[in-house]
Amino acid sequence: MREETHLTHPAPAVIDLDGLHALIGVLRDRGYCVVGPTRRDGAIAYEEIASADELPAGWTEVQEAATYRLERREDDARFGYPVGPHSWKRWLLPSRVRLWQARRGDGGATEFVEEAPPERPFAFIGVRSCDLHAIAVQDRVFLEGAYVDRDYGARREGAFLVAVNCGVPGGTCFCASMGTGPRAESGFDLALTELVGDEHRFVVEVGSDRGAEIVSDLMGDPATPEDIDAALGVTHAAVAQMGRSVESFDLRDLLARNVEHPRFAATSERCLSCGNCTLVCPTCFCTSVDDVNVLADGGAERWRRWDSCYSQDYSHIHGGSVRPSSRARYRQWLTHKFGTWIDQFGTSGCVGCGRCITWCPVGIDVTEELAAIRVTDGEVDHANN
Amino acid sequence: MQTIDQLVAESPVFEGLAPDRLELIAGCAQNVGFEHGERLFREGDPADTFYLVRKGRVSLSTHAPARGAIVIETLDPGEIVGWSWLFPPYVWHFDARAVDDVRAVAFDGACLRGKCETDGALGYELMTRFAAVMIDRLQHTRLRLLDVYGRDSDS
Amino acid sequence: MTPVPYRVVSRAPETADTWTLLLEPLGDHIAPAPGQFNMLYAFGVGEVPISTSASPDADGALVHTIRDVGAVSHALAGSAPGTVIGVRGPYGTEWPVEQAHGRDLVIVAGGIGLAPLRPAIYHALAHRDEFASVCVLVGARTPAELLFVRELEDWRGRFDVDVDVTVDNAGEEWHGRVGVVTQLVPRAPFDPATAVAFVCGPELMMTFSARSLLARGMPKESIYISMERNMQCGLGHCGHCQLGPVLICRDGPVFRFDEMERLMEVREL
Repeated sequence: MREETHLTHPAPAVIDLDGLHALIGVLRDRGYCVVGPTRRDGAIAYEEIASADELPAGWTEVQEAATYRLERREDDARFGYPVGPHSWKRWLLPSRVRLWQARRGDGGATEFVEEAPPERPFAFIGVRSCDLHAIAVQDRVFLEGAYVDRDYGARREGAFLVAVNCGVPGGTCFCASMGTGPRAESGFDLALTELVGDEHRFVVEVGSDRGAEIVSDLMGDPATPEDIDAALGVTHAAVAQMGRSVESFDLRDLLARNVEHPRFAATSERCLSCGNCTLVCPTCFCTSVDDVNVLADGGAERWRRWDSCYSQDYSHIHGGSVRPSSRARYRQWLTHKFGTWIDQFGTSGCVGCGRCITWCPVGIDVTEELAAIRVTDGEVDHANN
Repeated sequence: MQTIDQLVAESPVFEGLAPDRLELIAGCAQNVGFEHGERLFREGDPADTFYLVRKGRVSLSTHAPARGAIVIETLDPGEIVGWSWLFPPYVWHFDARAVDDVRAVAFDGACLRGKCETDGALGYELMTRFAAVMIDRLQHTRLRLLDVYGRDSDS
Repeated sequence: MTPVPYRVVSRAPETADTWTLLLEPLGDHIAPAPGQFNMLYAFGVGEVPISTSASPDADGALVHTIRDVGAVSHALAGSAPGTVIGVRGPYGTEWPVEQAHGRDLVIVAGGIGLAPLRPAIYHALAHRDEFASVCVLVGARTPAELLFVRELEDWRGRFDVDVDVTVDNAGEEWHGRVGVVTQLVPRAPFDPATAVAFVCGPELMMTFSARSLLARGMPKESIYISMERNMQCGLGHCGHCQLGPVLICRDGPVFRFDEMERLMEVREL
């Protein structure tokens, strides 16, 4: 996590709906591009919003394997749903970004001009604990290795994170068993817990100096012990309602010794290799580069775009793909996410958000898959190996 | 320069044979020489001899229309040339040629075959040793079949 | 990461489909060590990882031997002197020449694999007294596909290095060995108990070569290989070059055989 909660941060405050409006207004006034949840195309998406009016008040999501729909709530909670198909990688690691332009000068000299980062820093409203962990997972990949990704670094550096604690886990959520939620512990500038009752209010915890500065503009009151208890109660209740769980102990070794397990062939019969899971997963980071000519001026550009280990030529070397079968590609994704990611980057790649289960068209459930392998640990697929 | 007896005793292909067997085999052998380019045997000829290379290099080759001569394998000092003497139809499958000046020990395969027919134990011992040589050659040939350096393969 | 411009000084044919480019820096200097690779960019076409085939000289000139197997390598290998290409690097792990100090060094090269090994051979020959015996075992498909033939002949002419060459197929005008490179291992003059081996070539060739070295009694920990997978960024950020728990661009391409053996056995990993 990039920022830690220090004891020196101000004590939690309480703001009301006007305070929430003011928070977004203050961030916009300070030049942030405010991105938050809003209803779009039958889902709750993360888009740029101009005010708190655009939040999906009174809506919730019903999620199950291969199922997602919006439903009306009985109250008008602003954050009464878990996570939709978008994750914050949409903004930190955009699906298409130009990396540089190359121009041929006189005498054959070639100049490479790096792309400038976005002008406005981002303020993310409504970052769930699982997604905070996902951001930290991607930080390790792009900022903490031998090389820093300049574009990710620039976007990440300036990003102001307003976390929101979960009261309503989705049917596919399993953050509790992955140790990534539902309570936001660190890595945020501010964390809100929404309390809908007699008074619709938000308990605001401060996680950074930047957060403290913003809160001081909001005319909130100090949170009472009852407010804080109520806020803790929200996430305790969420733990109890978690839709799924994973026995995450020893997953790396379990998967490493079961690379030839028959479950991979069996499940890959259902898998369409559509890559939905990799698109919605908040930690999946694979990209490809496209080198293109610019016909107009004889220059060239390099673009980076999202890619997926499910695509046929993802693993292509001269001679063919290393993983031509759907079985191998499904195995790659599952074993990387829960196993070899730990070898490569020191953390699990999964944050238990459940998006892959919700958005898989055939409802492949990673929690079920892992449990099945654990129960038949050591079985070998003789037909396919 | 080693005598035939010494060479036979030290050659890996005859390792572990009892001294009287080694003496028998050495008794069927004589030193021979080939000038570079000279043929040791021709594809299709009766296979009644096998060789142990002492010096120089022997090539095994065949000939294909439009492709010309193709060298299948080369054999260097210490290596055995020929096993077709042990199996029907006792006929050579390739040409063998001296790539440079070659000295070898030539063994009378027809004579040894005769002895194996009456002495089954000797037959078994020679069969297992030559089988080992063939397996070794087969594995190497299989690797060449994989054409690992080819343009369309993993290279 | 943006490429740095280099200009092609010369383009020398090695075989029918392989050329060696000598590149001079126009800006920053990049200095790959033996075993490392650079990402070479052909303007408007794309980028591929190519190992260094000779360490940079005092002026920082890069040497890369490129086989024409696709659009980008075709463009690079066909670059006439004067062409400006982009270079990023150096990336990856090196041939651990220090591991072999005081010991026998065995180099086993198959096909294009001789190119990434050449800087290690140069190093060994330039620091000859740091090693016990030095053997270079080379395999190629046919005599016409042998790389660096004149250098092989020069090295063969030295008294302090053992060079053995074989080809898979040949016509009768070839008087050298015909057979697979693994057949050179049993006869090579090194002590398997203490030697260090660097093996490079197509993955199958490396597997079989490693097995023949093991059969001679070398421990797995003394054998090093160079792996290859799809590479886009070279930085550990794009995910393509994963092989189980490792990223080839970051943890390789040079690996110790015992670390790779099990991974290489799993199909489609």
